[in-house]
Amino acid sequence: MTGDPNREKILSAIRAKLGVRGDEAGRRGLARTRIDRAPAGIIPARAQEDRAALIRRFTAALEAQGATVERLKKRSEAPEVIASLLRGLNMPLQLRMGSDPLLESMPWDTTPIELKFGAAEGSDFTSISWARCAAAETGTLFLASGPDNPSTLNFLPEMHIVMIAAEDIVGPYEEAWGRIRQLHGRGKMPRTVNLVSGPSRTADIEQTIIMGAHGPKKLVVFIASR
Amino acid sequence: MEQTSHAFKESAAAALVDEQLQRALGNVRRGFVAKRAKAREALPEFDALKRQAREIKDHTLANLDLYLEEYERKVLESGGHVHWAATAAEACAIVLKICQDVGAKSVTKGKSMIAEEIGLNGALEAAGLEVVETDLGEYIIQIRGEGPSHIIAPAIHLTREQIEADFRRVHADLPADRRISEPAELVAEARVMLRAKFLAADVGVTGANFLIAETGSSVIVTNEGNGDLTQLLPRVHVVVASIEKMTPTLEDASAILRVLARSATGQEMSTYTTFSTGPRREGDPDGPEAYHVVLLDNGRTEMLGSEFHEMLRCIRCGACMNHCPIYNAVGGHAYGWVYPGPMGAVLTPQLTGVHNAGHLPNASTFCGRCETVCPMEIPLTKLMRHWREREFEQGESPWQARAIVRVWAFLAKRPELYHWMMQLGPRVLALLGRKRGHFTSLPFAGGWTKHRDLPAPQGPTFQALWHLEAIRREDAAREAMMGAPQ
Repeated sequence: MTGDPNREKILSAIRAKLGVRGDEAGRRGLARTRIDRAPAGIIPARAQEDRAALIRRFTAALEAQGATVERLKKRSEAPEVIASLLRGLNMPLQLRMGSDPLLESMPWDTTPIELKFGAAEGSDFTSISWARCAAAETGTLFLASGPDNPSTLNFLPEMHIVMIAAEDIVGPYEEAWGRIRQLHGRGKMPRTVNLVSGPSRTADIEQTIIMGAHGPKKLVVFIASR
Repeated sequence: MEQTSHAFKESAAAALVDEQLQRALGNVRRGFVAKRAKAREALPEFDALKRQAREIKDHTLANLDLYLEEYERKVLESGGHVHWAATAAEACAIVLKICQDVGAKSVTKGKSMIAEEIGLNGALEAAGLEVVETDLGEYIIQIRGEGPSHIIAPAIHLTREQIEADFRRVHADLPADRRISEPAELVAEARVMLRAKFLAADVGVTGANFLIAETGSSVIVTNEGNGDLTQLLPRVHVVVASIEKMTPTLEDASAILRVLARSATGQEMSTYTTFSTGPRREGDPDGPEAYHVVLLDNGRTEMLGSEFHEMLRCIRCGACMNHCPIYNAVGGHAYGWVYPGPMGAVLTPQLTGVHNAGHLPNASTFCGRCETVCPMEIPLTKLMRHWREREFEQGESPWQARAIVRVWAFLAKRPELYHWMMQLGPRVLALLGRKRGHFTSLPFAGGWTKHRDLPAPQGPTFQALWHLEAIRREDAAREAMMGAPQ
């Protein structure tokens, strides 16, 4: 907090060691511009391919990390597909979700799935979220917190289902941040942005990779259109 | 944690004959080293990205005061609190006060090297709080009462048999006849035991891989998801981060992320990278009600602008130790404090004093693999050499070493005497070893001849041969010139 004696102590120690004052217009301008413009640096070639290639890369990268990816013809297919997925895995026909209209408006009543709304509880088996966007370069989903898609859904249940619109799959992280800025404003962030690139895993015991350390053991991604 | 860096030699000797440790260390080579090489190969831009990551951090450090101010402003704007701590003790006191102010009883923790550095667990436990490490590796070493032996894989020094024994000892309420000999079974048991702790915690403490000035966000990078449950479920989230974690923008953090996981575990991207900004917003059904950041100096400003300035670029990926022949031979505990391997050899003397850790920069073959693989291009061998110089200047190195260096320096300044001496040695050895052709023991080289014989020199030295060859070549050139048609 301003007025904290340690704050002044640390900041003046930094300035003394760097040989600067802190009020130099040039330095301030440089830092300001960098923050305001947020220039992108080197973008790997793999993140600049055409859309079809990006979707293939997105799929392959997630699958390499142990996730399942499936393309749906239309969003409304999801409830039926999810119901048979749950049956196939012998999991309870229950699903936790937030209040995202894209999810709520799907034809759930054609299936026997029991829906629960709001933040996840420790006992939930399966949750579903709608991702804001995704970066194909490493198969990374960008999930933003809020009542529509509470963050606990990404971590507490055994299985996490994520829906993403094909048109929201971009190449590099930088473009994904561009989408987040468009929605929330420059310099503003949702409380939590989770970049998810696979199911939970650990290699802490003898470097052996085991899925489902603390978060979801399974990550299932459906690509649909919005 | 109690520092034992001064006893590196003794600890290393013990580590070398520890069969279980040696078996566990084999996993470093098989795992990290091979996976990193593969990840680097799969990204043609990797070396260019390294250079860029370095530039970003250099720019940030040169303007650290300004980015810290902007970062603080953004955290406050998002409803969070910022605390500044000059020392480890101050940081612990701040975190303890936050816990006490909300009447906390239990604290969960994500993996944080800064928390290890400041001894946070001890400070909170001394005040009667229950502290639970939630990263699997950290949980294992916590129940063993050990410090981490690696900055990203804290329990890499252990085998599954050791971990099974610890789980049976600590999880005494579970049936004794359960099967937990496989890693998957051990992970499943830890998941159940820790799930209850996550849900019951009052305060969650995490570190930060980055602090973003543009947005006031703190970033954690994990694979297990434990850090997220730590910061998402309790009423209060406390971030403890040292000031050099600062990064200007989301773009800058993304650029560094491209080299972080690849260098660390060989993943293209860690499973979870989480950007947290302030406390729960209006309408949010989950998330912490309060968000605190403790900005820690603890020796960082001291390094700024000094010969160790470049060490502040470190992003704690662990590549330097994974590729270090010394680390691979003795493991992390021999280094005797929080940070092992080459980065630890540079950082530990800075943070705990040359007197306590001056030995560590000597635990290097100076092969330079560490700086070749460092994604931030930190000249680790140069920095270790600076410490060796300081150790020498401050009279901390042993008298034998100092005497030898003095004699060598005397000779090195007198080239003719030096060459004469250098020729004398092999001649004497050749004379003495004429009969058998090798030596089984030699004065001052017992450590060497204990394991192998030294062949006796045969004929003139390399320098002498080189000299002769040069003369021969000159003669040949002259002849060729003279024989050539005019």
